[in-house]
Amino acid sequence: MARSGEKVGGQRRIAPGSGRRRSPAFNKGRQLDPTAHSEIAALLGGRPRDRDLLIEYLHLVQDTYGSLSASHLQALAVEMRLAMAEVYEVASFYAHFDIVLDGESPPPAVTVRVCDSLSCALAGAEALLDSLPGKLGAQVRVVRAPCMGRCDTAPVAEVGHRHVDHASAESVAATVQSKRHHPEIPEYVRFDQYVKNGGYTLLQNCADGSRSVDDVIGAMDDSRLRGLGGAGFPAGRKWHFVRQEPGPRLVAVNADEGEPGTFKDRYHLERDPHRFLEGMLVAAWAVDADAIYIYLRDEYPAVRAILLEAVADLERSGFNGNRAIHLRRGAGAYICGEESAMIESIEGKRGLPRHKPPYPSQVGLFGRPTLVHNVETLYWVRDILQRGPGWFSGEGRNGRRGRRSFSVSGRVREPGVKFAPAGITARQLIDEFCGGMADGHTFKAYLPGGASGGILPASMADIPLDFDTLEEHGGFIGSAAVVVLSDKDSIRDAARNLMRFFEDESCGQCTPCRVGTEKAVKLMSEPVWDENLLAELSGAMASASICGLGQAAPNPLLCLLKYFPEDLA
Amino acid sequence: MTEKITFMLDGKKVEASPCETIWQVAQRHGTTIPHLCYSPEPGYRADGNCRACMVEIKGERVLAASCIRKPGQDMVVNTTSDEAVSARRMVMEMLVADQPARRVAPDPQSKFWAWAEAMGVTDSRFPARPKTDNDSSHVAIAVNLDACIHCNLCVRACREVQVNDVIGMAYRGHGAKIVFDFDDPMGDSTCVACGECVQACPTGALMEASLVDEAGTRQKFEDRHVDTLCPYCGVGCQTRVYVKDDKILYVDGRNGPANEQRLCVKGRFGFDYVHHPQRLTQPLIRREDAPKDGGLILDPENPWTHFREASWEEALDRAASGLQGALDAYGPSGLAGFGSAKGSNEEAYLFQKLVRTGFGTNNVDHCTRLCHASSVAALLEGIGSGAVTAPFTAADDADCIIVIGARPEQNHPVAATYLKNRAKRGAKLIVADPRGQGLGRHATYNLQFRAGTDVALLNAMIHTIIEEKLHDSGYLQQHTEGFEQLAERITSFAPEKMAGVCGIDAETIRDVARLYATSKNSIIFWGMGISQSVHGTDNARGLIALALITGHVGRPGTGLHPLRGQNNVQGASDAGLIPMFYPDYKSVEAEETRLGYENFWGTQLDPKRGLTVVEIMHAIHAGQIRAMYILGENPAMSDPDQAHARAALAKLEHLVVQDIFLTETAWQADVVLPASAHPEKTGTFTNTNRQVQLGREAVPMPGDARQDWWITQEIARRIGLEWNYGHPRDVFAEMLQVMPSLANITWERLERESAVTYPCDAPDRPGNALLFGSGFPTTSGRARIVPTELTPPDELPDDEYPMILSTGRMLEHWHTGAMTRRAGMLDELEPEAVASLSPRDIERLQLEPGDFVTVSTRRGEISLRVRLDREVAEGMVFIPFCYTEAAANLLTNPELDPYGKIPEFKFCAARVEALKEQ
Repeated sequence: MARSGEKVGGQRRIAPGSGRRRSPAFNKGRQLDPTAHSEIAALLGGRPRDRDLLIEYLHLVQDTYGSLSASHLQALAVEMRLAMAEVYEVASFYAHFDIVLDGESPPPAVTVRVCDSLSCALAGAEALLDSLPGKLGAQVRVVRAPCMGRCDTAPVAEVGHRHVDHASAESVAATVQSKRHHPEIPEYVRFDQYVKNGGYTLLQNCADGSRSVDDVIGAMDDSRLRGLGGAGFPAGRKWHFVRQEPGPRLVAVNADEGEPGTFKDRYHLERDPHRFLEGMLVAAWAVDADAIYIYLRDEYPAVRAILLEAVADLERSGFNGNRAIHLRRGAGAYICGEESAMIESIEGKRGLPRHKPPYPSQVGLFGRPTLVHNVETLYWVRDILQRGPGWFSGEGRNGRRGRRSFSVSGRVREPGVKFAPAGITARQLIDEFCGGMADGHTFKAYLPGGASGGILPASMADIPLDFDTLEEHGGFIGSAAVVVLSDKDSIRDAARNLMRFFEDESCGQCTPCRVGTEKAVKLMSEPVWDENLLAELSGAMASASICGLGQAAPNPLLCLLKYFPEDLA
Repeated sequence: MTEKITFMLDGKKVEASPCETIWQVAQRHGTTIPHLCYSPEPGYRADGNCRACMVEIKGERVLAASCIRKPGQDMVVNTTSDEAVSARRMVMEMLVADQPARRVAPDPQSKFWAWAEAMGVTDSRFPARPKTDNDSSHVAIAVNLDACIHCNLCVRACREVQVNDVIGMAYRGHGAKIVFDFDDPMGDSTCVACGECVQACPTGALMEASLVDEAGTRQKFEDRHVDTLCPYCGVGCQTRVYVKDDKILYVDGRNGPANEQRLCVKGRFGFDYVHHPQRLTQPLIRREDAPKDGGLILDPENPWTHFREASWEEALDRAASGLQGALDAYGPSGLAGFGSAKGSNEEAYLFQKLVRTGFGTNNVDHCTRLCHASSVAALLEGIGSGAVTAPFTAADDADCIIVIGARPEQNHPVAATYLKNRAKRGAKLIVADPRGQGLGRHATYNLQFRAGTDVALLNAMIHTIIEEKLHDSGYLQQHTEGFEQLAERITSFAPEKMAGVCGIDAETIRDVARLYATSKNSIIFWGMGISQSVHGTDNARGLIALALITGHVGRPGTGLHPLRGQNNVQGASDAGLIPMFYPDYKSVEAEETRLGYENFWGTQLDPKRGLTVVEIMHAIHAGQIRAMYILGENPAMSDPDQAHARAALAKLEHLVVQDIFLTETAWQADVVLPASAHPEKTGTFTNTNRQVQLGREAVPMPGDARQDWWITQEIARRIGLEWNYGHPRDVFAEMLQVMPSLANITWERLERESAVTYPCDAPDRPGNALLFGSGFPTTSGRARIVPTELTPPDELPDDEYPMILSTGRMLEHWHTGAMTRRAGMLDELEPEAVASLSPRDIERLQLEPGDFVTVSTRRGEISLRVRLDREVAEGMVFIPFCYTEAAANLLTNPELDPYGKIPEFKFCAARVEALKEQ
């Protein structure tokens, strides 16, 4: 019998290269933890292991275990047959996921998020952020968060999933103490009530053929309804385009209302969700879509509860026909409000905007032709089709036509969602709908369209607020989030706050946005600004970024340079 | 889509095909638009993220990335507008801000700096981002993310091109970061070091570690490069070898038909064995006082214990006279020769010609006997050709891909990338192997069947197809014979009956059979799990039958592809380096053929087939074979029951070994002749796809080493052959005269085209990648279906040896390890012998991963470290055979397949226990 290691003949037994290093005792890379694997396998149970559900399952794991440990993430990768890197890059992209790597401690059980976006910043978010850690102690984690869509009740904080409006250190501490960290569900029009009031008859009329597709799309055209998420694409034309594409087609609803200052979609969803759902189903019928995906931002847990119930009611009633309705949960990423980033996120990936063309109406969700709409756009469908297109297009002021839900916040006496005619001016909006400026504040400037729509001086508050009216002045109406600033506010600080927001929320895909926002924040943190360099940088960001985030990110900065030179002096 | 699109580019009317981007059209018209994240190399999707290639399109609100944007009809594109140029320059300035200064950059000559210079933007007015720490955890790849521009090319390289799926882009915004797995140090990650990312990286953020200094800055630059081939597996990757001062600095992939610039860790990082100090640089003659002994263990560092230096003249004379002496004393049957599948076609041809015409015997063989001999036997019997019917790239057209008894991610890594590419694009992949594997993540079905039960599984599939009438009657009628016998014999192989044998439930077997049969195009790949068995030929017959009854041969996306192991095992076999065939598989026992060769070579030839590798070892023990000439083979490591093989080698009266290192085989040599390594040779090599490719000399041989063809010729001359070849091209020209398979493939053509597939119909036409669309090269023109019966493995586990030992390769090490264990980075990655065991067996044996164990079989025992490996089935131990200090082949069973004469390397009974106290 032969044995290795015998010394025969030669001086010593030598293997090429032997003895220099120990061989690894495992195969390459992290080793699967069998316990974590069985936990994840049990948690997922019989759920499908489809890749597009990755973000849903990351939520599931985090909701169950409080955070995402490396061993759970690896087990999830194995279960879903994904590469570790694919899971990690998704988990680390979204702000709401807490990854806990080996040797790191899990986050405290309670997290308090404090909104530091502009409206809340104006209302004292920084002071709140300063005082809370001391007040709440080490058992509670206090983190900054971007706009929570409650700007009319600024400053806002969120304890677990419970929002605290008009937050103070005391009220936040009390909420923490109360242990009531689940969302508060507001009163809303429930299914039975909605149906009793004539709801879903439009949908039934469509389904039973008493309304034709051509008639419906024609009415949408005539109403001149444009996409109210911000891009303003004519809704009827979009339906027409999607319908033209070969099936199977899909509908994706953008309920990722993240533009700072915007809260109109939440307003509608928390009050009359079925009006939106009926519009959605009519749209899906009109474009003959197979399934519907609703992408809801994670900042709206109450809306999630409402929609879960509403969709269950719909499915029970059979009103959705054979169109599955999938409610998907965002995870804290403003960029997913961009339609193609949202599509990527629904597919379970990082929210990176896609290149256009092709447009989602041609190549959208899962590569299929997809009708993408904002919540509010669909919200008006029932009224337009039942009251006639003139009901919508007949409104309007200053030569413009249509209606808008303005989200007004900042230094006005009565902030909130204001139903106003399109084309109303900022001054009219403040005076007629918001009770004028807040006490002690003089109107100085306003943001017509949230963080990305630029900042205009009060001297330009007589421009009609509508699509296409503000572009020549360096702004746009976008989601119609009007933030009003006063003589007590520094436009320079506001612009920096907004640029920081864009820096935090840039997906990082393209150079002008990823590096541009970062460099801009750095330059804007200097005591003296290099205005020429900032202007040059802004030019490249605006013209060379992939999506609207990077393209619009310099708007506030450019407005500041143009309209508020005294704030830089 | 052939319609042309006309548009205006910089004021000129130009045409584009519908799949072209603006960047590509501009490039075609002589304008190279700056680009960083876009790589025009094959396999790289444009991602449009860096924005260095922005152009202006009239009427559009913003600029467009020319790398990803396709022109539309009548579009007006301006690549030089002020807005476009200033945006591109600003993008560059943003990126330059964060780069390490050029003089300390990882690669001061990177594509990034070349563009920065070309655009005149080498300085930045912006503040820099904070610096990070370099990641030097990986032996082969230096990571310096300070130089990262987030272009995503490495992610595409890792995820989309190679599908190794280690690199990701994590976090977001300016915090976005390239990560390995869970942001692990690269050296601790699942990285397999294919180096695709290094080749793709435009900045040097990922660099060959061997080129940079401690600070991470590149210090080594080539002074020339040579286009050649990878020396390792049968994939046949084309390489570009970068050389400085006659030493190889680094290697990149080249756009060959089998690799499209891809390489694996061996091909990219396993090159420095040629410069290893243990290279043989002068002829050696055995010392008189150094007797041979099969148990001998030599120190390759110090051959002087057993050898002395000799001049070429003396060594060649000694080598030849020993061979001549044996010939005179014992006749032709007293001699044998082993050639090598690592050498060129020309070397293989010359070697078999020497044995046949000089020794007068057909006792010539090589390691094909240890890898695919059974596959070749079954293929020759079934379809009349021993080569693949389709290249592995045919997977691209397949809807269903079976990979059975093969681990291409380890053994044919670049071929595996094509299978994964296709699976990602929707083809159904079926992976069948007793060991699990990473490829399984991409598979629709993973059949981890019981080792040694291949025939049961395959026959159950065939049964399903015939029973459910999923076979292709038209094809069977037109192109095959033997179906009726198969249909009759297969009745006893119902999946419900075979499930208990092979361990796969009947419904799964049926599903898989249906999937294979009913997919439009199905293709089968197999490896040594099929062939290295006492029923290896039957295994292959089963696969051939599957393909034939379903008609999955001869069309795009269909076929039979045994993945060939060595870089030139196809070519060496084609060239006649096997005991039963002359070149082109012409039987030595067919008189007409023999007479033809006698005429061509001008000498009488042995009319009887010769002995095979393992048979030759037995014949030595039996006293029949007395002298051998072994060129580049290492039977002392590669043969089963190694003690037996080594004792045989020691018993030889005269052994001439020609190699680049003092291999375990050379320990028993009388004369050792220092030869040329792959990158020192010029010659043709034939890969698994039947692509004949030209390898070119990149570096000179060390010391007094010589070209293998020259050495063989010198020996030939000394035993009376009048050879006068001046260059490998002369040998190739002679081969062309007797090998119709090489028709229309001339040396000049290879110099021009680098690769031509055989068979090839005309000098100006590409070769035929797909074979047998309209019949087979058999006497009847039909393929023959051969039914098979169950044969158990030769040695089943029992109480004394309760486990199953399986052997094979590992990703980093090649074959017997002679080359790779002397390649610095490969050796660093896998430095020690390991035995892989399942977690359950490790627990049962009360071991910890990393402990030493003794593995024993009826033939021997070795001691080595335990590795925990979830892919290994319970009850199995896997040991790679590359480790001389714990040679797996001391343990293996030499029992042979009756047709292919291939040993059962994949199955024998073994015992594993904690290391006995020494």
